Amino acid sequence: MVEIGLKGKGHPYIPNSNPKIKQEMMREIGIKSIDELYSDIPEKYFLKKPLNLPEALSEFEVKRHVEALLSKNKTCEDMPVFLGAGCWPHYVPAVVKEIVQRSEFLTSYTPYQPEISQGMLQALFEYQSMICELTAMDVANCSMYDWASALGEAARMASRVTKRNEIFIPRIIHPERKATLQTYTEPADISIKEIAYNPETGQLDLDDLERKISDRTAAVYIENPSYLGFVEEHVDEIGSIAHKHGALFIVGVDPTSLGVFKPPGEYGADIVVGEAQPLGNSMNFGGPLLGIFACRDDLNLVRQMPGRIIGLTTTTDGGKHGFCMVLQTREQHIRREKATSNICSNEALCAVASAVYMALLGPQGLRELGETIMYRSNYAMRLLSRIEGVKAPVFKSLHFKEFTVNFDSAGLSVKEVNEKLLGMGIHGGKDISKEFPELGQTALYCVTEIHSKEDIGLLAKSLEKIVQKR
Amino acid sequence: MFRQARWDEPVIFNLGKAGRVGYTLPKVEEDVKGAVGDLNMLIPENLQRKDAPRLPELSEPEVIRHFIRLSEMNYGVDSGLYPLGSCTMKYNPKINEFLAGLPKLGMLHPYQNESTVQGVLEILYRLERWLAEITGTAEVCLQPSAGAHGEFLGVCIMRAYHRLKGESEKRKDVLIPDSAHGTNPASAAMAGFNVVVIPSDEEGCVDLEALKAAVSDRTAGLMLTNPNTLGIFEKNIEEIAKIVHEAGGLLYYDGANLNPILCKVRPGDMGFDIVHINIHKTFGTPHGGGGPGAGPVGVTEELAKFLPVPRIVFDGERYRLDYDRPYSIGKIRCFYGNVAVLLKAYAYILSLGREGLEEVAEVSVLNANYVMRKLREIEGLALPYNSEKPRKHECVFSAKPLKNKTGVSALNIAKRLLDYGLHAPTIYFPLIVEEALMIEPTETAEKEELDRFVEAMREICREAREKPEEVLMAPHNTAVRRLDEVRASHPQTMALSWRMYQKKLAAKKP
Ligand SMILES: Cc1ncc(COP(=O)(O)O)c(C=O)c1O
Repeated sequence: MVEIGLKGKGHPYIPNSNPKIKQEMMREIGIKSIDELYSDIPEKYFLKKPLNLPEALSEFEVKRHVEALLSKNKTCEDMPVFLGAGCWPHYVPAVVKEIVQRSEFLTSYTPYQPEISQGMLQALFEYQSMICELTAMDVANCSMYDWASALGEAARMASRVTKRNEIFIPRIIHPERKATLQTYTEPADISIKEIAYNPETGQLDLDDLERKISDRTAAVYIENPSYLGFVEEHVDEIGSIAHKHGALFIVGVDPTSLGVFKPPGEYGADIVVGEAQPLGNSMNFGGPLLGIFACRDDLNLVRQMPGRIIGLTTTTDGGKHGFCMVLQTREQHIRREKATSNICSNEALCAVASAVYMALLGPQGLRELGETIMYRSNYAMRLLSRIEGVKAPVFKSLHFKEFTVNFDSAGLSVKEVNEKLLGMGIHGGKDISKEFPELGQTALYCVTEIHSKEDIGLLAKSLEKIVQKR
Repeated sequence: MFRQARWDEPVIFNLGKAGRVGYTLPKVEEDVKGAVGDLNMLIPENLQRKDAPRLPELSEPEVIRHFIRLSEMNYGVDSGLYPLGSCTMKYNPKINEFLAGLPKLGMLHPYQNESTVQGVLEILYRLERWLAEITGTAEVCLQPSAGAHGEFLGVCIMRAYHRLKGESEKRKDVLIPDSAHGTNPASAAMAGFNVVVIPSDEEGCVDLEALKAAVSDRTAGLMLTNPNTLGIFEKNIEEIAKIVHEAGGLLYYDGANLNPILCKVRPGDMGFDIVHINIHKTFGTPHGGGGPGAGPVGVTEELAKFLPVPRIVFDGERYRLDYDRPYSIGKIRCFYGNVAVLLKAYAYILSLGREGLEEVAEVSVLNANYVMRKLREIEGLALPYNSEKPRKHECVFSAKPLKNKTGVSALNIAKRLLDYGLHAPTIYFPLIVEEALMIEPTETAEKEELDRFVEAMREICREAREKPEEVLMAPHNTAVRRLDEVRASHPQTMALSWRMYQKKLAAKKP
């Protein structure tokens, strides 16, 4: 066989592609052609013509090409973006980027050999521990794919633990999260029931919950803050109702709120899920994300947890502390079809990023982060609500980071508003008029610590113009 | 001699001093504060956080030093050979990392107006087309976050297919060879299927008679890795496909082992209906200590309608996200996939091109067979299943002869390899080989490193005979000595977070 391609020079990523080395190795193992190593594959399957793929480019060409494509995007550095809804614009400190680019972390694999992987294991243990501090839970795993899949796994776990197959969720929940929950629960015959909300406040309708809950209920799930940004106030009551009926209480959180708000562990949560992307991970057009999964220190729960868990232990000679993966008998490489989940590769590096982020902020920084978001988002709400024809927020409740903005009185659709805003160099909120038709022409806006007073002022002025010019 | 950094690095909670901070937030303007008012008046009493989270209090340099020390106690592909079978730990090109780190990607929100994300959509769309071409499938979905996530999507599609044909009640069995990766049965079970295990024959391939006996009108499909986890190509694939298809089942391809057949043969051409690809294996994206990866799924024309929404569509001028797919299985996660990882794969394919990808396959196979031939000569190691047969990307040895003679097991060999500054192979998998050592050097290992690995293996087997305690007590040169994994998982001593450790164990001495 002729030496294919690369003009006989070999490729930089493939040391042994150098024709001389290749020949030498072939000689050593007694083959004349590489084809001999493929001789067991039936002839008929070999490609008859080359695949329709690009020709190799040099590193410089690759860089130029990809940069040119990426430059067609307009990012939230190019224009203010007021979008959240499951992926939020936050600043990622330079230290975080530096650490996760350390190639010993970046290029390592699952720590199957703990003695040579202590760095990753300790960092992940610290991530788990910090998530526990934030949520006031005892045990956290070292990551899930995202909030949505974590919720799916939490529902299945609740069903396994309680041996019941019904889960309650608020009517107001992210539609993509709900769709994911459906995909995860449907094969396990778990039915999802929605709890109504108070149309004035958005708060969960406790009477509706009381009416529907039964001894078939595996879990009651709430989100705090909710998908539409309001804070759920009756958390203690909801937890008691769930527990009174022998159901688990699952709480979904945005961890950036936990410096100021009471953590779910202090109001009876059995399982906490959520999205840790805001803690040190870029948005990256929606991925990778970082699913939080935590629970109480109860063996019945811990043994049913999905995903990898890192534990603290000692060396066999007892001399030193160290870290390794624990409870692997739950995992698929041991339990196969009886595993608690199929998760193998997870989002470990994102968890390290979040550990670094939380370590940088500390208790004070985390509180400040929560307060800053609270101030800025509530300030934005106040500015927007002063515009005639604009209602912000729709619900009379306390809000954090995200809030609803309604344009019904202005006689404008969210689509029209957003198009006009885009023309003015602003990304408006997410259009939720189709998700929740009962809320009319409403958008979901997000304001974080990165939105300056000027950004918010610009948004208010632009909206004012749009509403007036109608 | 290799020696890994050995820092006595405390758990981060034992570092720092009260009041230190490592990061400053943008200041909130006084008039913004004034307009909003006192937050304590805003937040109802019962919702306020009373005790601050007990996070460590560290300055920026302390945080950096802590994590840099930790990184020094970690082994990665950039540290040396990582012959972890089935995991395809190849070199991760740096240019890809640079490109994925650009703010033009990082600062993009997934719900931005389509007109402002045309560049990234173009990249994703093209990547889908390339992956479809490479796998021989009609359409590819980039959304799954890992291989196992792709498997879950794949079996959900299997379910949706049979449901549409009105057979979902009946078709409850998914057939899986005993050599398969654990995620295969776990994914099938998650999607509500019964797992039926198919034994391997004496060649290490699917036992055709057993397969014929197992298929029936209850068969939903077969999940297969090809080349399989022994590194052996299932040469009867045509027959296998025929058996499964004639029974009305679908054929699923676990693409974790796609590397050795890139641009040579394609799963789609072998009759597979659903294929997942481990981007973090074949396409060289870093494993990040266990993720994030990406596990795109390709399907035949007939199954394309079941893929999750949204689909990226191109009308010749503009890229759009299409949610209008009535037969879609719905969603398996939020948004469009691990885009930063996928961008690296895009750059990787461009850097190698069609011919380079074929070179990847060939050299990965050459390297594996080179190592296989050399290790075969070592006393104590056996190569089960036809030892004359070429392997593909990996080879699986058994350390049983050595264990019988010296008491040194595959685990001990693995630990001792660490002392030589080499990562260990995968051990005790596949389950059908006793004392298994699964070795995958990948195409990015140089000949000198392969020779060094073979020499280390030879040396360890010699040590096992001459001074076994040296091997049994290994590793000696790593950051810590062998760890008590039993203690780590025992209910009495289990410490899964710092707070759990403090509640339970800190008082007692270990
Ligand atoms: C053969 C095989 N299948 C599936 C998987 C699962 O892939 P992932 O870890 O990305 O979920 C792996 C990797 O561990 C594998 O080696």
